[in-house]
Amino acid sequence: MVDEATKRSLAQIPLLKTKAGPRDGEIWVGRLKEEYQSLIKYVQNNKEADNDWFRLESNKEGTRWFGKCWYIHELLKYEFDVEFDIPVTYPTTAPEIALPELDGKTAKMYRGGKICMTDHFKPLWARNVPKFGIAHAMALGLGPWLAVEIPDLIEKGIVTHKDNTAGAGE
Amino acid sequence: MASVEDLQKKIKELEQALEEEKQKNRQGAVRQKISEMSSEVVDSNPYSRLMALKRMGIVDNYEKIRDYTVAVVGVGGVGSVTAEMLTRCGIGKLLLFDYDKVELANMNRLFYQPHQAGLSKVEAAERTLKEINPDVIFETYNYNITTMDNFNHFMKRITEGGLTEGKPVDLVLSCVDNFEARMTINTACNEVGQTWIESGVSENAVSGHIQFVIPGETACFACAPPLVVATKTDEKTLKREGVCAASLPTTMAVVAGFLVQNTLKYLLEFGDVTHYLGYNALQDFFPTMSMKPNENCDDTYCCKQQKLYKEREAKKPKVVKEEPKEEEVIHEDNPFEIELVSETSVEESQASEGQVPELTEGLRVAYSVPAPEQGDLGNNVVETDSTSLDELMKQMKSL
Repeated sequence: MVDEATKRSLAQIPLLKTKAGPRDGEIWVGRLKEEYQSLIKYVQNNKEADNDWFRLESNKEGTRWFGKCWYIHELLKYEFDVEFDIPVTYPTTAPEIALPELDGKTAKMYRGGKICMTDHFKPLWARNVPKFGIAHAMALGLGPWLAVEIPDLIEKGIVTHKDNTAGAGE
Repeated sequence: MASVEDLQKKIKELEQALEEEKQKNRQGAVRQKISEMSSEVVDSNPYSRLMALKRMGIVDNYEKIRDYTVAVVGVGGVGSVTAEMLTRCGIGKLLLFDYDKVELANMNRLFYQPHQAGLSKVEAAERTLKEINPDVIFETYNYNITTMDNFNHFMKRITEGGLTEGKPVDLVLSCVDNFEARMTINTACNEVGQTWIESGVSENAVSGHIQFVIPGETACFACAPPLVVATKTDEKTLKREGVCAASLPTTMAVVAGFLVQNTLKYLLEFGDVTHYLGYNALQDFFPTMSMKPNENCDDTYCCKQQKLYKEREAKKPKVVKEEPKEEEVIHEDNPFEIELVSETSVEESQASEGQVPELTEGLRVAYSVPAPEQGDLGNNVVETDSTSLDELMKQMKSL
């Protein structure tokens, strides 16, 4: 289902308690605090494990998230913008994480650069409502996607390292 | 080098050709609005074959279709064909919602044409449909219904966008292609008690379904995990390399046909509206069934609607129905008195699977959701302390 490394890092992400979405007023603020606490812990864990791979921040309401993620391939760092909205049905439905700059470059995406989750993601998410949060979506959704797709895109020459594109006239 | 005269001649020729083209377009007579549906059988009456349904005793009052408003959410492979069918049937008003653009990659499906690439789907659809039938009133929204701002507007249009402004629409049709949008429609319809029909085609393009949802009366979309029409293909061997989804115009048209057929039956009150109809394209198998709402549905508005429905039902006069008794299966010959005993207790398996609805042959749930856990989640839970949200946001930024 998921590889051992993902499982291990997943187990260390604090679970959430509050089932609330952006339409739920005050309880949503509570959920949002849990989201931030869980994310902060996950990023700290990643740093300690020398596997720091993303940063996120949100608007004041916590309904729109944006930031960067990066992937190291053959000692070169490839960085991408990440963004997603928190849907009104959150946390029953997971956020749809998007990498807009890769839109149209791979078939493993839906319109707007939303990444195509594996068959396992949605059942796993559904079984863990409301315990899973944004940190879990990153670890289970975006992490494995980058690990599979980015090396492939680099190999095909669709994604190039920015130091190499300087003279390419892109 | 051509002389001036040659060029002038050339211009004349081209002008003539242009005029001929224009003439052709004019001849493609723009159909005028028709104030009343006539059942007169003449070549020029676009409604004659529909009104014939009355003469044949299928529909009592076909022209009532003009009083109805339908909202079509998602105008892709299924939604665009659905909207076209309703337009040709002479529906009163259509509300179209979609945030996508027409792409050349959509051309394996029906309705859109290559020259429309780049246009928003709702705009392209409205243009074509208006030409087919100018009697239909259109309202189009080019946005994603799952985000906060758009959701509120979407709900408002469902409750106020009827033929008479301020009245709700008569039916919502879900023709979206993802779980998130379906749940969003479900949330909105449960909240306002709006009847709707869900439709879908599987990602491998060889099965589909429609599901009729009357909030409180039939199962809502959140009452059970999504249902899957089993097609005897091994899901584990399903190859997803390099693609997210496949699609076929055939499967989509079949599902759109089912969807609109049941829409017409519901609006014009003829035949029976099917609560769940599946389509297995590989074996040509069509499972149908009814599903009661889940008393422990995750959606609180679904539970509220169930209560309201029970209250409505209690007020109705009772009809006594005799239930056929089920006979116990006794094998004639069982000399060793063999009994089947499961290794896991009934309680254990129920807890891990949660509530699974009773399904007809050929259907299964996409996944099971465990029953809600009692008490402790273990020690790996976020600590709720007094740190404010602002502080947390700052902390996150400074990482």
